[in-house]
Parts: sequence; C-alpha cells; structure tokens
Amino acid sequence: MSKQINVALIGNPNTGKTSVFNALTGLNQKVGNYPGITVEKKEGICKLPRGVKAHIIDLPGTYSLNASSLDENVVIELLLNKNDKDFPDVAVVVCDVENIKRNLLLFTQIKDLQIPTILAINMADRMAYKGISLDVEYLEEHLGTKIALISTRKKTGITELKELIANYRELSNEPCLSASEIDKPYFDNLQKAFPNQLLYKLWLVITQDVNFGKIDRNAIDAVADFKTKSNTDLKRLQQKETIKRYQFINNVLKEGQTIDLSTAKDLRIKLDRILTHKVWGYVIFGLILLTIFQAIYDWSSIPMDFIDSSFASLSEWTKNAMPAGTFTNLLSEGIIPGIGGIVIFIPQIAFLFLFISVLEESGYMSRVVFLMDRVMRRFGLSGKSVVPLISGTACAIPAIMATRNIESWKERLITILVTPFTTCSARLPVYLIIIALVIPEGRFLGLSYQALTLMLLYLIGFGAAVGSAWLLNKILNIKSKTFFVVEMPNYKLPLFKNVVITVIEKTKAFVFGAGKIILAISIVLWFLASYGPGEDFNNAEAIIAEQYANQDVTEEDLDHHIDSYKLEHSYIGITGRAIEPAIRPLGYDWKIGIALISSFAAREVFVGTLATIYNVGSDEEETIKNRMAGEVNPVLGGPLFNFASGISLMLFYAFAMQCMSTLAIVKKETNSWKWPTYQLVIMTAFAYVVALIAYQLLK
Amino acid sequence: MTLAEIKRGEKGIIVDVSSIHIPLKLLEMGCLPGNSVELVQMAPFADPMYLNINGSHLAIRKETAIHIQIEISK
Repeated sequence: MSKQINVALIGNPNTGKTSVFNALTGLNQKVGNYPGITVEKKEGICKLPRGVKAHIIDLPGTYSLNASSLDENVVIELLLNKNDKDFPDVAVVVCDVENIKRNLLLFTQIKDLQIPTILAINMADRMAYKGISLDVEYLEEHLGTKIALISTRKKTGITELKELIANYRELSNEPCLSASEIDKPYFDNLQKAFPNQLLYKLWLVITQDVNFGKIDRNAIDAVADFKTKSNTDLKRLQQKETIKRYQFINNVLKEGQTIDLSTAKDLRIKLDRILTHKVWGYVIFGLILLTIFQAIYDWSSIPMDFIDSSFASLSEWTKNAMPAGTFTNLLSEGIIPGIGGIVIFIPQIAFLFLFISVLEESGYMSRVVFLMDRVMRRFGLSGKSVVPLISGTACAIPAIMATRNIESWKERLITILVTPFTTCSARLPVYLIIIALVIPEGRFLGLSYQALTLMLLYLIGFGAAVGSAWLLNKILNIKSKTFFVVEMPNYKLPLFKNVVITVIEKTKAFVFGAGKIILAISIVLWFLASYGPGEDFNNAEAIIAEQYANQDVTEEDLDHHIDSYKLEHSYIGITGRAIEPAIRPLGYDWKIGIALISSFAAREVFVGTLATIYNVGSDEEETIKNRMAGEVNPVLGGPLFNFASGISLMLFYAFAMQCMSTLAIVKKETNSWKWPTYQLVIMTAFAYVVALIAYQLLK
Repeated sequence: MTLAEIKRGEKGIIVDVSSIHIPLKLLEMGCLPGNSVELVQMAPFADPMYLNINGSHLAIRKETAIHIQIEISK
C-alpha cells in the first residue's frame, strides 16, 4: 500500500485557493469542523501520477503566520505540530498573479519552518492582460521552490501541479532568509535555551496572542535563564521581521517579475468607479437586493408547486397501495408529509445560496463592506457586519461564524447578537405559505404584492437587526480597539464549478441537518396526534354518534367529526389547548400553538408540523396550502389564516429566537451562556408583544 | 502629511507608520515605509478610504489613516 501524501493548501484570502482545491479534488471532498471549534475544515482526496494519492486540506485563508483570529490559528496550529495526523508533507502556497508579493510573505514564513513548499500561481492566463511577466527559473532558484503556473479557469497547469506534489521530496528545505537577524542576541539566547527546537517555531510560539490549544507557551516562559520581552518589544520585532521579509521579497521580484502598466488593462478601475460611487454604488446595491428577492419568489414557485403536489400524491398513493395499519398511517400521515415540508423549500434555499456565493466569488461583497462601513458604524457595527447580515438571509449559523474577521470585539459581539433577526431561509417556508394564503395577488409597478410583502419582511428583519445594534451599542460598555482593514479583491467572473459546489454543499447541509430534526419531530407529532388518554379519545366514535344521533348527516361528515374530535382529545390536542389562552390574543388556535412549540427547535418545522397535524385522519389528496386555507377559526368563524392572524404570525416569526442551532453557535462563539440566553428571552418576548399589537390592530 | 489628507488621483510614498496604532495585519498587507500609496475611491464623508498600497487594494478607516505619514510624489 502506498503512503498518502499530506498536502496543505495555504494562501491569502481571495486568491482562488478554493478553486485550486476544487480543481484537485473535484466532488471528492468533505467539509467538516475542526474538533471543538466551529472553523470549517475542508479536505479531499486527489489522485497523483504513478498511483500515488494525496490527502489535500484546504486551510483557512491567512495573510501571515501571525494569527489574529480563530481561523488563522488553525493554520499555525497545524504547521507547528508535527504529530498532527494532517501535518503536511508538502505545503502549496496559492496566490494569483496580481498578489504574488503579498503571498510571498506567508511563503517565506512557511519556508522558515522547513516544510517543503510549492508556489502555485493561479490566473496565469491573465498575465499578458495584466502586463505581468515572470522569470520562473529565477524565482524558483531564489525562493528555493518549484513554481506551478496554473489557471483554474482555463484548466491549465493542474497536471503540472500534481506532478510537483508527487515529487515533493526533491524540494529544498532551506529557509529563504534568516529572520533571526532582526535581533541576533535575542535569538541566539532563545536557541541556547532550547537547542533542540527549530528557532522560527519558537519565535512563532512566543509571539502569538491567541490561545493555543496544543502548544504550551508557558513552558518557554518558565525557563529561568531565558529573558522574555515585553509585548511592545515583541510587536516591534514582528514589524521588523515583516519589513525584513518584504525587503527580501522586493529584491527577488525586482529581477523575477516585470509589470508593464502601459499594457495592463484594468477592468477594476472602471467597475469601481460605478460600483463604489457615492450615489450609484448604493442604488446598484439596492437594485441587486431587489432582484434577488423577486427572483427567489418568482422563479422557485414552479418547482415548489410541483414538489407540493407530488408529495400529496405520494402520500395518497402510499395509503392506497399498502395494507392498512399503523405503519401505513405513520408513513403516509407522518413521515411523507414531514419530508415534503422540507423538500419543498430546496428550490428557494438553493437560489439564495446561489446569489450569495456569486456575490462573494465575484468580489462584489467587499465593495458592499466598503460602502456600508460608515453607515453601519453609526449603529455600533462594522462594514464587515454587512456580510454576516446578508449571509444571515441564508442561515444565521454560517453568518455568525463569518463575524470572525471583524477586528473589534464589541462590533463583533453586537453583530453576533443581532444577526438572528435577519430573515434566514428557515423563515422563508413560514412566510411563503402564509403570504400565499393571506396576501392578495396583483401587481404594483410590475412587482407582485406577494414579492413586495416578502421584501418588506426582509427589510423588517434588517431594521430589527440594525435598531437593536444601535441600542446595544449604547448599552454595552465594552472597550475594544477598533481596527478595520478590508481587502478589495479584483473582480472575477464566478467560476461555475465553485458556485455549483457551494450550492450543493450548503443545500445538502440544510436539508439533512434540518431534515433529521423535522423527520424526528414529524414522527413524534404523529404519535401524539394519533393517540390520546382517557375516555374522550377512545370512545370518540360513540360520543360523536350520540351527538349527531338526531341529525341528518352523511357518513362522510360523521367520520370527519370523529377525526377532529379525536385530534382535539389526543395528547397533542390537550397540550395545544393548554397553551391556547396565551396565543389566542395573537389570533392563533391550538394547532398553530403546537406548530409554534415544535418550531422552537427550528423554524422550518412549522410548516411540516401543520402538514402532519392537518393530515392526520384525512383522506383526500390535498396540498398543505389548501388544507391551511380550509381551516376555520373556532371562535370567530371565517378562515383561521386571515390577514390579521397571518400578519401577526409572520411578525412573530420575524422576531422570535426559534433556532436551537443558532443558540448553540452563539454560545460557542461568545464562550458563554449569557448571550444566547438574553437572545432567546428578549427576542421571543419582543416577538410576542409585536404580534399581539399587530393582531389587535388589524382584526 | 498623513494619509488621511490624500486626494483622489494623488500618489504618495509612505514615510512613517506609527507602530502602536497600526495593526500588524496592515503592515503584512504592504503598508510599510518606502512603499507607494494611491487613493482609489472614497466612501461618503471620506471614510473609509479605498487605497492601492504597493499593489494591494484595501480599504481602511480614516482613524487608521491619520497614523500613516506620507509624502506626495510628483
């Protein structure tokens, strides 16, 4: 059996590292988490020449080995720990032709750790266009490496890169420069105290601010004859080191790289003149958002209607084709409608992830950060909070993880706390079905009322997020340094493959993650709705027969009355009716109450729950929507889902904190139960009050 | 003069960086003495500033820019 080569892909953010990863591994990849932390871990297998296999790991983007965030920390922790099972046999530093210089800083640091390193220069097909030419031989010699000129867009150079990886043993291990010259006596001392350790490794361990799990820096401080330096001195030394590295890099590139600006054609300048314009920049951003919402609503309605009716027929078919019994009922009334309740939202969620990944891949998202920083700062947020707030429209969990690159802790904490207000894709199912029920069709300025309502709900979500951020900024008394550096990457046409992989991965995660919960809850709900305690439930037939004994009713009607009487006296009916007094002022009945309770696990459970409850004991083939439209308000008569109760319900879902996974992630990211508890209590109480006011005003 | 005073279309050279106020990350992105700097675009109220520093395109806030000394090159 041949040994697998461990390969680590390293590089600055926005260098197309993920494109290289996708090109090497294809769909043969796995996305998980690093143990104990929520940093995404991407790994995959790549077949190399001569039957060798490589295990490729795509490390988080970083500008250097001086970590300033949890994500960057992962990179250093791996590179410093030779015993890690993922410790790379060879590192591939990925850069693109335009930012070779900046990536070489990271490159020289990795070389100092004596790890064989390959330099992969992506977008090599754009060199002539950018007026850049490289003397590859010269660079290889002076950087002590092998260079692969690749283009993930044109699919060139990948074979050469694989060849270089397979022959990694031929790479030199020599450092590019001796960084220790920045303070010779200090480094000599350090080496004397730890003669068996690699000097640069020691230096990295000493200078990292972040808390390392596996590396014990106290061991270094504990050695008596070694004098440590103050933090300011260390920082000054780090700066000296950076300057020294750049001197080296500038010297190498002076010979190895020529840039002829006269032949360079830059689309960036032209696009930025419009897209970051004081007025047009904002107008375009608004139009993009509007298009997204209209598209999500209009485009996905066709596959959604199809899925809805298919599941209804499947359920019907199962019931007729299988022998009657408890299992058939469970399948046709519990499981199938439950699964249908989640599958139906795949088109919309896929569209949403598609748009977000295109915005990020194209480089436009950074322009939004730039445009919005000043505005967001007024509310105690950062321009970088825009990314979590926008990706929060897909899911709050990755959004909260995306706050990690916000430098100031206060701005970051506020962003984490308010992000769950943005309308995530899990609210979409609830909104869509209620909008379809209570908002009339018709158009205003070419936009449908229903799409406008949805847009309004998104705006309400953003409004709540920004408003509460403003409040938190006044209330929270946290002093923290505010730094704001954001890279403005070049515009790129998003790679089809990258976008498709992102959409598939995220949709899969959503469907299976949420699907498991929904399926489990559907089954439990079905049992609770199909069985009940005491006389009322068990003797339903007799009781109803007696009630209607003197009336002229068809058998069918009688059955229907029996079924609803049973449901009312089942376990779930009893629970629902117990909480009914609390939700009646909001315009809900006990069935909605059940859906509210079960959707505290995850919002999208709402529709699935209603689907299950309404399905129990019914015979006709019906879509979820039609069933809901047919529900009658037990007190006032008329449809249960009318304008007032619909609006009230949507507002409740807009504000309430109903997602256990989000609470868990907030706990992880803030490292305390305090913040998720506040979120749960305050958001839900606010939601109740707003829904109450809305219903009382509108009814 | 400081980087905060640069106007659109002007080019300059960084002469000094106040090390206490500037994050290491910015230095690593090329904001070092001797390197060139150019203003690409300004957001409303001249903040943040979109710069081209030594070939790196990045945006920083005005409060950071005032700690970077530059000289305008002709």
